[in-house]
Amino acid sequence: MKQKNHSIKAFFVKCFGNEKYQSITIPLFAIFISLLAGAVIIGLLGKNPLSAYQNLLQGSGLLPKPSYAGYKNILTDFTSFLNAWTPMLFASLAVAVALKAGLFNIGVSGQMLTAGFFATILIGYSDLPAPIAKPLVLIVGMIVGACVGGLIGFLKYRFNINEVVSSIMLNYIAQYVFSFFINTYFVNPVSRQSTSVSEASRLTLMDTLVGNLKMDIPLGIILAIITAFFMKFLIDRTKMGYELKAVGASPTAAKYAGIHVGKNMVLAMVISGALAGLAGVTYYLGYFGSIQPKVLVSTGFDAIAVSLLGNSNPIGIIFSSFLITVISKGSTYMSSAAGIQAEIASVITGILLLFSACGAYMKYKIKSFQDDIATEKTIAQKQRKEAEK
Amino acid sequence: MNTVIIDGLSFTLPLFIMAIGGIYSERSGITNLALEGLQGFGAFIGALMAVLLASHFSANSQVPYYMAMLFAIIGGMAYASIHALLCIKFKANQVISGVVINILAMALTTFLTKQINKGVFGASSDKFVLGVSSRWTVPGLSEIPIIGAVFTNIYPFEIIIIVIAVIAWYLLYQTKYGLHLRACGDNPHAVDAAGIDVAKVRFFAVLMSGALSGLAGISFAYSISANFSSAIYVGYGYLAIAALIFGNWKILPTLGACLLFGFARSGGYRIVQLLQMPSSYSDLVMILPYALTLLLLIFFSKQNRAPRALGEIYDKGKR
Repeated sequence: MKQKNHSIKAFFVKCFGNEKYQSITIPLFAIFISLLAGAVIIGLLGKNPLSAYQNLLQGSGLLPKPSYAGYKNILTDFTSFLNAWTPMLFASLAVAVALKAGLFNIGVSGQMLTAGFFATILIGYSDLPAPIAKPLVLIVGMIVGACVGGLIGFLKYRFNINEVVSSIMLNYIAQYVFSFFINTYFVNPVSRQSTSVSEASRLTLMDTLVGNLKMDIPLGIILAIITAFFMKFLIDRTKMGYELKAVGASPTAAKYAGIHVGKNMVLAMVISGALAGLAGVTYYLGYFGSIQPKVLVSTGFDAIAVSLLGNSNPIGIIFSSFLITVISKGSTYMSSAAGIQAEIASVITGILLLFSACGAYMKYKIKSFQDDIATEKTIAQKQRKEAEK
Repeated sequence: MNTVIIDGLSFTLPLFIMAIGGIYSERSGITNLALEGLQGFGAFIGALMAVLLASHFSANSQVPYYMAMLFAIIGGMAYASIHALLCIKFKANQVISGVVINILAMALTTFLTKQINKGVFGASSDKFVLGVSSRWTVPGLSEIPIIGAVFTNIYPFEIIIIVIAVIAWYLLYQTKYGLHLRACGDNPHAVDAAGIDVAKVRFFAVLMSGALSGLAGISFAYSISANFSSAIYVGYGYLAIAALIFGNWKILPTLGACLLFGFARSGGYRIVQLLQMPSSYSDLVMILPYALTLLLLIFFSKQNRAPRALGEIYDKGKR
């Protein structure tokens, strides 16, 4: 038994012991475990987990499907996957920036909705030509999101209101207020959603004919990837990023070092809100062309999973948001192809979250394994030496 | 006026018992944002039990109703043990763990509801339809003007909740055990030095919050919609947290906060009805409790004193 224990410990230390790579190996382990758990659930339902996972990839345009409708192929699937990926990437960056400063922005969904709503009524319903409308949509989204985020930061700083509670309250207020306005003024009686925004203001070029394919070209994805690298630079290479991280790591120490804690909290929430705003406009004026009343998108909550999984590192987030989007986007195709409820996707995401939350424990445990092995070695050496004597 | 009181109370009491659950957990030093998920999961288990049992009893039997309550409590407790494990054993960030628990609860119960409906009952539905709860009116007392409404059309769960709330109050403030629990939230090192297992006390406190939240969840399911679906996740858990912060982590002031939320909500609905406004205006009324929460927190957060060790992972070696 002891021998077995020892080999398990040695195995873990060998796989995850290198602290330099722990930020990659531990999330990979979490992904592996949750995919395994998902496979077990799918297996219990009497379906083949491997083909289900294959369907996920097919639905995201990463593997070819057996058959396609007219004007469609793997490339069109992939561009529509990119379309869904854009808001997810922005939203996850929003969560990550706040996390760096020690704040938990669970209000991303509400900030997305607020930004999407204002961009829709201000620009989406106007007659502005595309070259003016598209940048304006982005700017409005950023400003509105930044205002909401800033408000949450201000409430935390000035009135000591837990940012989780205040952002949840704002989530619900946004959800009901905008659903009231949409139902009263902007509703499309057929779809029961807000009237579609103009083509000119849409951030995704829908059904564009390229060769013999009709694809949705998301313009935002380029901006999203650039933003991710920009955030990486901002956090790691500037004074501002350093101060944010210092506040997040220890507010008291930061204060002692002469950093204005309150200002940085508000600033972090402003940046986070602005990113959430961008997520909102790429979602409501890109991925969709309208707003469904009374619904908060799950993107803002999934973004928390993405951000945790990516260690709140913008580059890590590019990969983790890619993965989570594959799971959520592909689940529609999986449910039609394999007959598994599409909700399994959010269950897998949930389990993934659970294991990601244990990341710190993993690190701690592996460290103690290493110590154990080290002490065992020294004991063995001592014994050998004594035996030699 | 009567409907305002009746509806107000049937909303206030579940909220209150959930807030007490939150108080238990937070006074022991574990931040509990998971209330939302705990009440949803508890309600799910309770509703599942009620639906499974319904066919074995006659239509007006109340047995499934009480079994639903019992199993909601057990389900909430079982689910809360995940939060307890993550926070106490696995040393996860308590805020993150709470949110994770909520997201997982939402995903799991929605998925399982659909799956069970399909697999067991052969119906493609995303909700469990519960029977209608019986309601009691106390003869005599209910004749008194205005106050009589308190004794009219009472859900049985309201009485259960009041009884449990009194017990919970007694346990927290009048017993040695409650003292240990509150001490864990303020100075866990002192508790440890006194030879009491901090982890054990905290574990129990989180389980307690799960049990009480589960009871709240099934009560919401019965009183608001008479079914269980993902519509149960409308943020009442967070409202309960706001109530307990507003109530300064003490049980009686928290009751005041819950009453305020309950009556703001039922009163608002009544106003929409009385003024005969179109139904879309009820959306505006729905924001009342949330907006009130924010406003009140702005005024009261500063004076509030959270338990000193709230949200800190207990580390024996740390001083």
